[in-house]
Amino acid sequence: MDKIISFPHIGNYHVPIECLLKFIFNDCKIQSAPPITKKTLDLGSRYSPDFVCVPFKYNLGNFIEALDNGANILVQAGGGCRYRYYGEIQQQILKDLGYDFEFIQILSGDTNVFSLYRTCRNLGSSISFNKFVYYVLLVCKMIQDMDNIEFYIRENIGFEVEERSFEAVHKEFLDALQTVQSFQSLHTVYKKYRQKIGALKVDKPTDCLRVGLVGELYSLMEPFSNFFMEKELAKYKIAVSRYITLTYLLFQKTRQSKKVLREAGEYLKFHIGADGTDSVAKSKILAQGGYDGVIHVKPFGCTPEVNAMPMLQNITKDYKMPILYFSFDSQTSETGIKTRLEAFYDMIMMRKGTRYE
Amino acid sequence: MIMTIGLPRALLYYKYRYLWEIFFKELGCRVIVSEKSSSQTLADGSRFSIDECCLSSKMYMGHVYSLIGHCDYVLVLRVENFGRKEKVCVKFNAMYDIVKNTFKDVPLLCYDVDVEKGNSELKGFLQMGKVLGKSCRQSFFAYQKGKRAQMIQDKQKAEKQLKLLENQEQLKILLVTHPYNIYDKLIGFPIVKLVEESGGMPVYADACDSTSCRKESEGISKSLNWTFNKELVGAMNLCKEKVDGIILITAFPCGPDSLVNELILRRFKHIPISHIILDELTGEAGLQTRIESFMDIIKEKKKKRVVNG
Repeated sequence: MDKIISFPHIGNYHVPIECLLKFIFNDCKIQSAPPITKKTLDLGSRYSPDFVCVPFKYNLGNFIEALDNGANILVQAGGGCRYRYYGEIQQQILKDLGYDFEFIQILSGDTNVFSLYRTCRNLGSSISFNKFVYYVLLVCKMIQDMDNIEFYIRENIGFEVEERSFEAVHKEFLDALQTVQSFQSLHTVYKKYRQKIGALKVDKPTDCLRVGLVGELYSLMEPFSNFFMEKELAKYKIAVSRYITLTYLLFQKTRQSKKVLREAGEYLKFHIGADGTDSVAKSKILAQGGYDGVIHVKPFGCTPEVNAMPMLQNITKDYKMPILYFSFDSQTSETGIKTRLEAFYDMIMMRKGTRYE
Repeated sequence: MIMTIGLPRALLYYKYRYLWEIFFKELGCRVIVSEKSSSQTLADGSRFSIDECCLSSKMYMGHVYSLIGHCDYVLVLRVENFGRKEKVCVKFNAMYDIVKNTFKDVPLLCYDVDVEKGNSELKGFLQMGKVLGKSCRQSFFAYQKGKRAQMIQDKQKAEKQLKLLENQEQLKILLVTHPYNIYDKLIGFPIVKLVEESGGMPVYADACDSTSCRKESEGISKSLNWTFNKELVGAMNLCKEKVDGIILITAFPCGPDSLVNELILRRFKHIPISHIILDELTGEAGLQTRIESFMDIIKEKKKKRVVNG
């Protein structure tokens, strides 16, 4: 039987992950889960525990759809909060559903290059260690480049002169990334598309509305789970800043943990778990930077982000900056979110108006 | 001047009660413990918490609020981990900062347990002693004394539990939940009362010896790394042969429990389990119906077993 490897979605990161797996497993088929739809969420919630956070449900839905499409090796990661325990429960649920598959879990803290390499070898990869390190580094760089371009897009897409021009180039860029084979070709692709996207005409006033996005990583990075909030904000001609990216989480977070705590200043004495500390620190920085507002997103019941909310409320009071709180679940209605966003936009718009008068 | 230290009767109070009380008494402080939970406590707690917080932490805020103005310091414990793979719910990571940000001008006494980064419990207690103006030596002996008292109490509890488990006459119901839920007057007590009223004998999962429970839990789940849940899962595995039924109690929306209970329900197949989720609005009548019917099922089951020999 052929080995078909699959993994759950998060934003556009399926592109680099797919590349990495393709490099490592030459003779396996790599198949990212089918794109997230309403059906994915329905499938996931049907078999999930009641009040688990919603990323669990999305991931489970992804897995079920991938298995139905023939995948037989599933990959799941694990982080600092409940996320760390996702793998074991999902494996159990899928086994109980009668699927036959292999389950690979990559836990932060327990994993290093050597253990990763060993896992890959056990799965039947035949590449040498040197090659393995090379490809891991290449994909890390790819993620960084991707985040850089997407950061620029978020800041400017609301002001594009020609409609959908950013989206088209972005799509082209993601397609081009899939052809990358070496650092050199990656550099060429990155350079080409940076110029291309930089050359797109934008009509961005210097005093445009600026909003920061903070919160839980999955809700931030997976547009389906936040009902395409970034696109919605772009429609209102708002520049969106979001600092939580895969680059930050993978390569910077552990190194900067003390710095982040310092940035949070008087609001925090200790780390409050997972990304809660980042939410507080970033909100404070955004408030000091004169942003018009911050939007805080989280899945329902996300403990680290709920922990961060009293501090965020204090930041609102101290800096007079509005923060809009969103909590997503499998039942959240899109209309409700749109209404709240619209009201938020009206509010920051009026505040900005009065400030100038 | 005698210092007064306030202990909120919630969360980890039920785990460290003797350690805390004796430590502060040894240092010459007066200790007051907040009153047992009432609906007023919960109402206050909900008022000062984010509405998505779990029931237990809302209760905690209520208890902290009730102590304000009655003591010089409120003790707030912050735990990150007890070592590698011995983590706790992130709520405990943030407890200090949440209280600090909610009640701004309340003096807090805090100790931090983060063994991975080198902040042991002892270090935390010595620092607390320093804040109270005591020497390291004094605090060290007070800590030792408190720790010993806590250990003796835990041991006694475990022994008593073992004796209960040998009892053959009554139906033994294992209550699996965190100590701060089951011993709370408002959350767990009604359930204990109902179990007793319908002829069952409650046995507490948290009373079992924690070290052996943690080891035992590895047989059920290898990647589980929340210490408190490990203890509960291990205790379930240790007791499952000796009890007639299990009641899982969860405070809505408890993060770790949401996943671990799913695992329990899927991996403990041969024993009746009732899963009760509690929130602020739980009605007594609904609870009564569920527990009574659960007890009836177990009674019938046992009768059948006796008849069939």
